[in-house]
Amino acid sequence: MEPELLRPLPKPMTPEAKPYWDGLREGKLMLPECNDCGKAFFYPRIACPNCHSRNVGWVQASGKGKLYSFQIAYRALNPAFKIPPPYVLAMVELEEGPRLMSNLINVEADPDVIKCDMAVEVVFEKQTDEVTIPLFQPAS
Amino acid sequence: MKDLSNSVAIVGVDESDEIGKLPDVSLTSLHLQAVHNAVADAGLKISDIDGVFTAGQHSPAMLGEALGITPRYVDGTSVGGCSFIMMVGHAVAALHHGLCDVAVISHGESGRSGTGVTRARDTSLSGQYEMPYGFGGAPTYFGMITNRHMHEYGTTLEDWARVAVSTRAWAGLNPKAMFRDPITVEDVLNSPKLFYPFNLLNICLVTDAGGAVVLTRAERAKDCAKKPVYVRGAGEGTEHTLVTNMTDMPMSKATAISGNKAFEMAGVTHGDFDHIMLYDAFSSGPPMMLESLGFAEPGEGVRFFDEGRSDPGGSLPINTNGGGLSYTHSGMYGIFPIIEAVRQQRGECGDRQVPGVKCSLVNGMGGMLSAAGTIVLSHET
Repeated sequence: MEPELLRPLPKPMTPEAKPYWDGLREGKLMLPECNDCGKAFFYPRIACPNCHSRNVGWVQASGKGKLYSFQIAYRALNPAFKIPPPYVLAMVELEEGPRLMSNLINVEADPDVIKCDMAVEVVFEKQTDEVTIPLFQPAS
Repeated sequence: MKDLSNSVAIVGVDESDEIGKLPDVSLTSLHLQAVHNAVADAGLKISDIDGVFTAGQHSPAMLGEALGITPRYVDGTSVGGCSFIMMVGHAVAALHHGLCDVAVISHGESGRSGTGVTRARDTSLSGQYEMPYGFGGAPTYFGMITNRHMHEYGTTLEDWARVAVSTRAWAGLNPKAMFRDPITVEDVLNSPKLFYPFNLLNICLVTDAGGAVVLTRAERAKDCAKKPVYVRGAGEGTEHTLVTNMTDMPMSKATAISGNKAFEMAGVTHGDFDHIMLYDAFSSGPPMMLESLGFAEPGEGVRFFDEGRSDPGGSLPINTNGGGLSYTHSGMYGIFPIIEAVRQQRGECGDRQVPGVKCSLVNGMGGMLSAAGTIVLSHET
């Protein structure tokens, strides 16, 4: 029997995001990057939102960044999310520039402890054989 | 753009027969009640409508069918709760150019009871990049903007609480408001913790409600039942759908674009307003909108509330209907601040009437300050 899933899985997975999801499965955080203007961006799409070029490739992110903002969830709105509250909803700004949503883990879910702009680093958490997601923890 | 200013007036407004908790009233019925009531308010007939504007679960085609009319102009712009405010601008352009003669903007939403609703959401982005982490629902996103604001400008939980207190004071003067008992800053801070930095009383209501607005060209407006309220200016803008892509967070580019456009068309500046309606899905929204609209420096929007300027009797009344926080919030709230501004312009607001209202501002957001619509209204041309 499969272990019970604690999180809703990404759905649908879009074709243009395949290198992102493939990378996570191999323990790499891949970002789309424009081959013309050189800027990394997020979410994955087939054209650069900065210079509008369609010459877009992929780059492996360092996995380091800062906590741009956060919330503490004292309850879950989605019944498919089964991790008991409180937990930390995190907006991370990666070193490469793009921001993404995640959770901050291995930290007390307390607004007196967690601060905007604190340094964070990625940790990969396998959900299924197909899906691994990037979570973040305070930088060591 | 300037020749559109004052070319069109709002001639009818109303809510559905009731607003609040209405498990026995379907979404479609909320729409139909609101449109029938607003058309009657204008002294017009349903058969006069030839332009249909709506956002949400129902398409304009479905609303036309439900009303029993065959419109010759429709608009289904759907960028969140401010869509109805944007549609005022769209209706002005369509009416001005004769693409329709009587436009109705309609909202109906069984947001609390879900009666007669089939929900289907586009999850291609949030499903991949947000929901696996426990996001879902506005309170898990708007707090990100709010917390960043606190970090950058030193705003506090007490600052946001004062917005809820001021808005509740107005709700006490509105017989249609759901919650009317006064509250204190301590009440807000002691209400249940939901999603830091938000406690329960920082977050809007969830209700069932409809609302509609009827517009026609200025020359025909003079023959309607009530005093015309002219659309002096209208603006709109969009920036993002995922809040991670709100580039100047906590400042809203969409709001700045929308406000500047509306002020320019109306030929007004910040000091000209007697009364302001701001979309308050969260208590932190109005101060941040005041900043993005240029009424206050970044971080200073909360002063309108903590100095009492926004309150009943204050120098710049804000959210005089009691807002989404205390009057009603069905989900896409944007029709209701328009209705309130028109009633203030007409002098119909009873205990909460702001004396001598000549220039009203309505500004709303869609999503998480992702989109914005702004209108400037006046009964004087």
